[in-house]
Amino acid sequence: MKDMLGQSTTDKITSDLLRPIRLTKGFMAWMGFLGVSLVVCLGAYAIQLKDGLVVTGLGDYVSWGMYISNFVFFVATSLIGMLISAVLGLSGAKWASPLARIAEIIALAFAAVAGLVIVSDMGHPERLLNVFIHGRIQSPILWDVTVVTIYVLISALFLYIPLIPDLKICHDKLDKLPPFARNIYKVLSLNWTGSHEQEKIVKQLTRAIAIFIIPVALAIHTVTSWLFASTSRVGWDSTIFGPYFVTGAFVAGSAAVIIAMYFYRENYKLKDYITDFHFDQMGKLLVLVSLVYLYFNLNEYMVPAYKMKRSDALHIHELFVGTHALLFWSVQILGLILPIILLLFKKIRRPLPMMIISIFVLLGAWFKRYIIVVPTQENPFLPIQNVPLNFKVYTPTLIEILITIAPFILALLIITILSKIIPIVSIHETIEELEAKNK
Amino acid sequence: MSEQEEKPKKNSRRKFLQELGIVGIGSVLGGSAILAGINYDKKKTASQRIRVLTAENELLEIEKSDTTKVAKTKYENLTYLQKQGRDGLAGKRFVMVIDLSKCRNARKCMAACNAAHHLRPEQHHINVLKMEETENTPAFYMPKPCQHCDNPPCVAVCPVDATFKRPDGIVLIDNERCIGCRFCIAACPYSARVFNWAEPLNAQADKDLTYNVELNVPQRKGTISKCLFSADRLREGKLPYCVGACPNGVYYFGDENEDAVTNGTTKETVRFKKLLEDNGGYTLMPELGTHPRVYYLPAKGKEYPFQDKDKPEALEHLRG
Repeated sequence: MKDMLGQSTTDKITSDLLRPIRLTKGFMAWMGFLGVSLVVCLGAYAIQLKDGLVVTGLGDYVSWGMYISNFVFFVATSLIGMLISAVLGLSGAKWASPLARIAEIIALAFAAVAGLVIVSDMGHPERLLNVFIHGRIQSPILWDVTVVTIYVLISALFLYIPLIPDLKICHDKLDKLPPFARNIYKVLSLNWTGSHEQEKIVKQLTRAIAIFIIPVALAIHTVTSWLFASTSRVGWDSTIFGPYFVTGAFVAGSAAVIIAMYFYRENYKLKDYITDFHFDQMGKLLVLVSLVYLYFNLNEYMVPAYKMKRSDALHIHELFVGTHALLFWSVQILGLILPIILLLFKKIRRPLPMMIISIFVLLGAWFKRYIIVVPTQENPFLPIQNVPLNFKVYTPTLIEILITIAPFILALLIITILSKIIPIVSIHETIEELEAKNK
Repeated sequence: MSEQEEKPKKNSRRKFLQELGIVGIGSVLGGSAILAGINYDKKKTASQRIRVLTAENELLEIEKSDTTKVAKTKYENLTYLQKQGRDGLAGKRFVMVIDLSKCRNARKCMAACNAAHHLRPEQHHINVLKMEETENTPAFYMPKPCQHCDNPPCVAVCPVDATFKRPDGIVLIDNERCIGCRFCIAACPYSARVFNWAEPLNAQADKDLTYNVELNVPQRKGTISKCLFSADRLREGKLPYCVGACPNGVYYFGDENEDAVTNGTTKETVRFKKLLEDNGGYTLMPELGTHPRVYYLPAKGKEYPFQDKDKPEALEHLRG
């Protein structure tokens, strides 16, 4: 590879970005913590398998609760891969390239785990194959399974193809690793030599995947929104549920990436690669997507509130001033409106404040999905009568909460392991872009 | 090695291959001939006709391939029950008419249904609701079974075809296939479905019963349950459990094709369309496009007054 930057610069970039790929005490402690937590949560799931879904707070009226809100959240967050790697990448926003791999790892982890979340909600998870053997293509669930599977496969490709040059670098430079590990890098790097032809192939393939992944990503969250919009229920019977969900997904995903950026920057000492400028730009992106989401929120709530159709009236009442008012307004103010206002100021668009704001946004995003899924079912068309009180008001149980946390632990495990075996900022692209700038 | 010696070697190889080819093709042809012969023989026996004696003492001759063995083993029974459960009762289109002017919340319908289907007390296939549509209009009791819609939202969303609409109008659930995703509960605007969150009430006692789709017994943990228009009773020519149990004449049940419904209490049969016409019959939430098969006669000239103690519950839904 003709080195135009000077050996020392290239070496520095390579060694900086490869340094995290080693076992540290912090890493082992973190993995241990995740492992133990996962075992506890899986124990909770074992109880649910034995006794049935009665261990949750669900009932015949609110039959979809935390698990389904969690599923929607996971699918939502996984859209960020498409936004940062594909949309920003294709539109020539070069500042986003160091963040592309982080976004893809998050997208892949969350999309892959989303399927498991759904299985944890099923009454008969062992009958999952029925969906394929007896599947009805008229059912939105079939569409969801199809597009999410496609998205997971495409995201994996989207992570892998641009990674090939870096895998070669890993093989070459990580001489402290055992030989079998270096061999795996070698095999996966598919004989990369950096030739002009190979560069061209990788670029074209990456571009093709980027174009293809955009409609697929839009599809996964639109179809997920149709799980609700295909019913006549209050709060779900909306024609704009598709774009409502998609724009909300960008908010959640952006916040997730900002949090990841912060922790990678701090723990992996990557201040020169994930710079203050990147946080500034991500802050602006978060403001933009949040404003669009706020616009959709206004449409979703103000329009029914104006008309006050009977079932809408009960539902809006519960959200605005009733039993769910505290949660609803916390989500909207702390999770959406306040972050927008704060992030308009350049002083706030710095790493630490942004990380804290992003945590609020992400929490807000999770509870927003809860607000979308649960209150609707507490206000069906016909009255809820002759059933126990816990059918009228949904209260999650501890086991339910533990099973809801399990997918997060799994996703964190996947993300952590991936960031330990591959450089989370693309070495090849960083060097390339620096070379292009110097020309 | 001289060419002369090689040629015989080549020739012997060629000869060997030729012979192998002939043997190969020959055995293939011979084998397929034998196979065809066996199949032909099978076919010949398949179009055999057998004689059967029916329960009405008629001697019939039918194709052996047309017969269905009414099996002895449990598994074969299940398949038979599943098939008849999906096929339904030919030529019928079942409807129910509920006369709201007669209901006094006796709840004998709910009790009979729960008993027949081994349901827990909080699970309702039919639920008698206390309704009050506006503050000025009168309150009334409204039994609400599954509406067995002609455009059922529940069937539309089921991912595995576990819930299905039969030609005779009844919507059933196959709990051997249901994966428990509860999409149908989300989709039903009438809140007609329940879920077996825990081990069903009679799980131990019903353990050895063969699952009957038309009765939905034994109930299964992790699957859906709902009103079946008592399909098992209909197959025997009887009225549904709720219809027969009502002491106040609330329910009429019958066949739209015959334009006849029978009252469960008086056992009187009347013309279905005339009953609706004379009493101003209607359906619930027709604007949703579900086309229910349950019709209601308004609570006009109520035989029994709505009880004051039930008023607060009726108003709850109104005020929120």
